[in-house]
Amino acid sequence: MYAFDFEKPKTVAEAVSALAREDAMALGGGQTLIPSLKQRLAAPSALVSLTGIAEMRGVCTGDDGALCIGGATPHAVVAAEAAGKYPALAALAGNIGDPAVRNRGTIGGSLANNDPAADYPAAVLASGATIVTNTRRIAADDFFEGLFTTALEPGEIIVEVRFPIPARAAYAKFQQPASRFALTGVFVAKTAGGVRVAVTGASENGVFRWSEAEKALSASFSADAIAGLSVPADGMVGDLHGTPAYRANLVKVMTQRAVSAA
Amino acid sequence: MPKDQGIGASTKRREDVRFLTGKGRYTDDINLRGQTHCVFVRSQVAHGRINAIDTSAAEAMPGVIKVFTSADFAGKGGVPCGWQIHDKQGNPMLEPKHPILAEGKARYVGDAIAAVIAETLEQARDAAEAVVIDIEELPAVVDMKAAVAGGALVHDEVGSNLCYDWGFIEDNKGAVDAAIKSAHHVTTLELVNNRLIPNAMEPRAAIGDYNSASDDYTLYTTSQNPHVIRLLMGAFVLGIPEHKLRVIAPDVGGGFGSKIFHYVEEAFVTHAAKVVGRPVKWTAQRSESFMTDAHGRDHVTKIELALDKDGHFLAIRTETYANMGAYLSTFASSVPTYLHGTLMAGNYKTPHIYVNVKAVFTNTVPVDAYRGAGRPEATFQLERVIDKAAREMGIDPIEIRRRNFVQPNEFPYQTPVAVAYDTGNYQATMDKLVQIADIAGFEGRRAESAKKGLLRGLGVNCYIEACGIAPSNLVGQLGARAGLYESATVRVNATGGIVVMTGSHSHGQGHETTFPQVVAEMIGIPEAQVEIVHGDTANVPMGMGTYGSRSLAVGGSAIVRATNKIIAKAKKIAAHLMEASEGDIELKDGKFSVAGTDKSVDWGSVCLAAYVPHNYPLAELEPGLEETAFYDPSNFTYPAGAYACEVEVDPGTGKVTICSFAAADDFGNVINPMIVEGQVHGGLAQGIGQAMLEAAAYDANGQLLSGSYMDYAMPRADDVPFYMVDHSCQTPCTHNPLGVKGCGEAGAIGSPPAVVNAVIDALQRGGHKHVTHIDMPVSPVRVWSAMQG
Repeated sequence: MYAFDFEKPKTVAEAVSALAREDAMALGGGQTLIPSLKQRLAAPSALVSLTGIAEMRGVCTGDDGALCIGGATPHAVVAAEAAGKYPALAALAGNIGDPAVRNRGTIGGSLANNDPAADYPAAVLASGATIVTNTRRIAADDFFEGLFTTALEPGEIIVEVRFPIPARAAYAKFQQPASRFALTGVFVAKTAGGVRVAVTGASENGVFRWSEAEKALSASFSADAIAGLSVPADGMVGDLHGTPAYRANLVKVMTQRAVSAA
Repeated sequence: MPKDQGIGASTKRREDVRFLTGKGRYTDDINLRGQTHCVFVRSQVAHGRINAIDTSAAEAMPGVIKVFTSADFAGKGGVPCGWQIHDKQGNPMLEPKHPILAEGKARYVGDAIAAVIAETLEQARDAAEAVVIDIEELPAVVDMKAAVAGGALVHDEVGSNLCYDWGFIEDNKGAVDAAIKSAHHVTTLELVNNRLIPNAMEPRAAIGDYNSASDDYTLYTTSQNPHVIRLLMGAFVLGIPEHKLRVIAPDVGGGFGSKIFHYVEEAFVTHAAKVVGRPVKWTAQRSESFMTDAHGRDHVTKIELALDKDGHFLAIRTETYANMGAYLSTFASSVPTYLHGTLMAGNYKTPHIYVNVKAVFTNTVPVDAYRGAGRPEATFQLERVIDKAAREMGIDPIEIRRRNFVQPNEFPYQTPVAVAYDTGNYQATMDKLVQIADIAGFEGRRAESAKKGLLRGLGVNCYIEACGIAPSNLVGQLGARAGLYESATVRVNATGGIVVMTGSHSHGQGHETTFPQVVAEMIGIPEAQVEIVHGDTANVPMGMGTYGSRSLAVGGSAIVRATNKIIAKAKKIAAHLMEASEGDIELKDGKFSVAGTDKSVDWGSVCLAAYVPHNYPLAELEPGLEETAFYDPSNFTYPAGAYACEVEVDPGTGKVTICSFAAADDFGNVINPMIVEGQVHGGLAQGIGQAMLEAAAYDANGQLLSGSYMDYAMPRADDVPFYMVDHSCQTPCTHNPLGVKGCGEAGAIGSPPAVVNAVIDALQRGGHKHVTHIDMPVSPVRVWSAMQG
């Protein structure tokens, strides 16, 4: 690591002010940033930890019935506290990484990082969740902008994520054998406005909605409804663990399995 | 009732108390007064000409003591190779220099070009980034066939990337070719034995220390064989006589072969300690381990098996390309040759065998022995081609193996590939396997899997391995530049406690538990009275260390010999004490008695008399009770077994799940059944890792793509099943005093073909008749892609 200053503010306002410093970086659970620092791939002037901000931690129900999760809430807390209200999301959170990851990593950190193989982006996009920052509300459809890229402005902090509760939902993940990130993960949510299908891990552009499947599943919510569909391999990731054609196959198979499990 | 101590008892591992409570003392735990820290500047390109190195900025940085380049090693030797192979024509292999720091060219990503010594590790890291290396990237050779077909030269001065082209046995070739030409059936298989990264839990580390007052050196290092390091580094690299060089390998956290070899970092810290006048410490980061620990396997093979109409094997012919990487690591040259070619007969009577191996330099990390070392490569190709032949000829895979086994009454059995098996019973291990794996119940289990939409398959194979490589005079003729004996000193203390100094080295094997069981049994005293010392050239007679499943068979035999000398002398002392004839003295349960009388004297009294010789035959017998023995085996040992694996394949994703794995092994006599089972479990996990998960991958430019755990898949607990293991079939080794054979590598050797055979079986039974082979690892994408045709 290179030397850096460390700050742990108590309020969002203090965090915003600390992040105003040049080359300061926000630190959630550090599951990506700390390894990068250890490899000397990042050289922030200061790390501003968000995990000491009480208003950004915890799970509650909003006035509109949405599940509200503080941006600095660890995955293990979501797995435990969202289980009653949104079991599909709790199951996803409970299957991220290993216990150490789940007790350190936060939902806000995961979303701000937008790793193309992370789990949470699929849940957020499929649920039509809203990302609440210190300055505004961002719809999920407007938030993810490609690999490791989001609508967040520099210094902007994810304070809360609000999930409307779907009638039925499930997440089906096929793990990359080494990292156990999603080689392909599909989150399916049946909402009043129709079915939403979000895919992580597969595309070169990060998480995306599979609109053909959404249409077919909105008409008939069953695995058979998408049996005739296929996903083009173009634009899918090809690497040691899967060819584009393989990932395209997984998109369909995992969608069917998510529908069956929902 | 099972024994609670001595030979055959499942004594709990005494070393685990310190390992499991954080009380171990590994190299990185050692900090010497005045110690400095070392960071290597490594090549980021696979192949490049070093035009200039500017160290001035780095040397001006805080805390920096010195920056080394190859210029600081002028006149020093390169790291030597310990085995000289001669090619088909009798010419010696190409043996380019392996310098301590790169000279002129860097030859793989990770090749050490410079090194920074600083007061603190962080200062050394900071300065390492400030070393400016002007390197001109050259085309890299990664693919072996391209490398020998005229690719860029890894070592310009030797003129070729073909290290050797070896034929074994050249005199067999005519008969093999003729048998294949006229055979009823020939099965051909082309396959890859995937490159693996060892991943010992403890990364490599080394501390060099030089005492100017006495002009002697100490190296602390993560080694499986400190005497070998002392010999190679002292004699070939740095020119330090052995009496001025002490090598200590303290607790070592796993090796799997990767810590046999003499690495450049060891020579570097030893030399640098003298230059800077202070101890120099280096500990690999995990990413350095990935790109500098010698990798394993990496063979590309074509094998042909000729059979008669009844499925009897007539001949085997193989052609293998074996990757050496960028430099010849210590035993790299022996792995694809004498540790591989000699095993091509397997458990079977195949009259004619010819093995051809082309060893190739590439711009990749050096490749050397890794758990099994040559024997897994032999076993995999043989057991895969047998399975394919059985399918092609419509013969049950177990039956075709039984039909070709060396039969129990045919030992000793001389193979056509030089080695002679002393003993074995392959029908018995197969019978045991059929029982413990419940082969008869497979169809029922397959039907249950089918109900879940899963394809179930059964894979069976046999293996034989050669352990305790020996004898020294034979391996010397074959090109080994080392002896392969083992040493032991048994030191009895005045009050009867015993310290055994063994040339074997424990880095996870449990020697500190097993060896006392042997000594305690022989004398009849509690195991707790026996302590093991190993891993320090100053305290242990010249020994050869631990690899190739040799410790008990060779090192244990040396301990037996030394203990027998102790007992013989102790009987003389006892005879004197009891005024009896030496020939009448019997030792039982730690007590010496005179045959036919009730006279006895206990172990402790004899030991005391040896060191307080008031009543002692001083005229005929020296005081003291300490003996040393060296043991050089007359042959290898030949553990063997039969393995079965059942898998389920998910046709939607290609994911393979291992449902069960059964192993029936013949290790000869067993000293500690619990430790043996643990060794088998660990070996199976490593073999399953190779078969299902692990792959070191380079891109075309020689960049390591699988350079971290994000992309290199190690087996985790939920990747492997609960194992069914059995070692009740025991044909004791005929030529060592314990009748033991070795068990450390069996699991890793025997399990990969069982897994792949099971996957192919599942796909065949599931209607995917076109799939006759999938290269390891049988990852989801490979299985799914194979199913698509």
